Amino acid sequence: MTDLSSLSTSAQTREPELKDFFDLMKPRVMSLVVFTALVGLLAAPVDLHPLVAFAAILFIAIGAGASGALNMWWDADIDEKMRRTSGRPVPAGRVAPGEALGLGLGLSVLSVMMLALAANVAAAALLAFTIFFYAVIYTMWLKRSTPQNIVIGGAAGAFPPMIGWVAATGSVSVEAALMFALIFMWTPPHFWALALFMRDDYSNAGVPMLTVTHGHYATRRHILVYTVLLAALAIGMAFTSAGGPVYLVAALALNLAFFRGAWAIARRTTDDAETDGYRTEKAFFRLSLYYLFLHFGALLADATLTRLGIWPGWAAVFGG
Amino acid sequence: MAIRATHELHDRRRGRNFGLAALLLAFVLLVFGLTVVKVQETGIAPGYDHVLRPEIVPQGDGQ
Repeated sequence: MTDLSSLSTSAQTREPELKDFFDLMKPRVMSLVVFTALVGLLAAPVDLHPLVAFAAILFIAIGAGASGALNMWWDADIDEKMRRTSGRPVPAGRVAPGEALGLGLGLSVLSVMMLALAANVAAAALLAFTIFFYAVIYTMWLKRSTPQNIVIGGAAGAFPPMIGWVAATGSVSVEAALMFALIFMWTPPHFWALALFMRDDYSNAGVPMLTVTHGHYATRRHILVYTVLLAALAIGMAFTSAGGPVYLVAALALNLAFFRGAWAIARRTTDDAETDGYRTEKAFFRLSLYYLFLHFGALLADATLTRLGIWPGWAAVFGG
Repeated sequence: MAIRATHELHDRRRGRNFGLAALLLAFVLLVFGLTVVKVQETGIAPGYDHVLRPEIVPQGDGQ
């Protein structure tokens, strides 16, 4: 006779709930993907039917979720060693590794196929490449082999607005490339700030983050350098066809705040950080989330002003 | 006498199955809606009824 009570009390053999499968898809990362892809899609100078636009964003999000599930399947061994990730469905025993793999592969195929049908083949191809880049190039290769893992791997997170744009227009443009560049340059300081206050996690798991291979001092310097480069790009972007007055004001304010945060981090030592529980680094990490959200919100605002005929563009303003 | 399963395991499984059913239903409705939109965007397609239509015959020189 089967003792059903033992099944429900054992974490390893518990029946997974639907939420466990949803958690495999990294819902917090998906929310950022949805927002940036939506901005890319809405900022494009093409009107999509609302249902087609909804479907495109939905399948981009599902594609991102699929790559998250593949990431959790592959990284289960290191996830269980890190405090931040030990509660994820696979290392916690709520979902079997094979189920995570199956879900990741199944949703990858579904999302790419459906995006091709709902939007166009170019957007679907870009989504397929993004899933491949995140699951294979970043997760299986870069993450465990180089401290530049999140610098190069950041490209995977930078593709969604470009996919949104291509879903609307059918091709890549300067504006889409600039949105890609903004997230690409934002990713290193964002993750290095996280790595600073998660140092033990990465070293315990043997992941060669910059904090582990080069130490906190070098990481703090890297954050500052990347923040300066990011600020140059983000503010310069205001004067392109992607930007406008709202974006310019937002970029100036946000990059000033971001630079101040990076400067404060660069001036601190590990002892300073240990004393106050990495308060500055945690504040910088939180700010980085608002930074990206508000930049893309401003891009959308300017695109809307242009659509409404309120903002004529820099060329008209400067008499070009 | 019928077996009446009331274990928490079955509740969990039932919840998952209902959730999956709702997702599948939503997917079917989405595909149906997309189909309607795509057909409407395509516009009225010309009917081909095996009758020669002069407007689609290439125009040659002096022909």
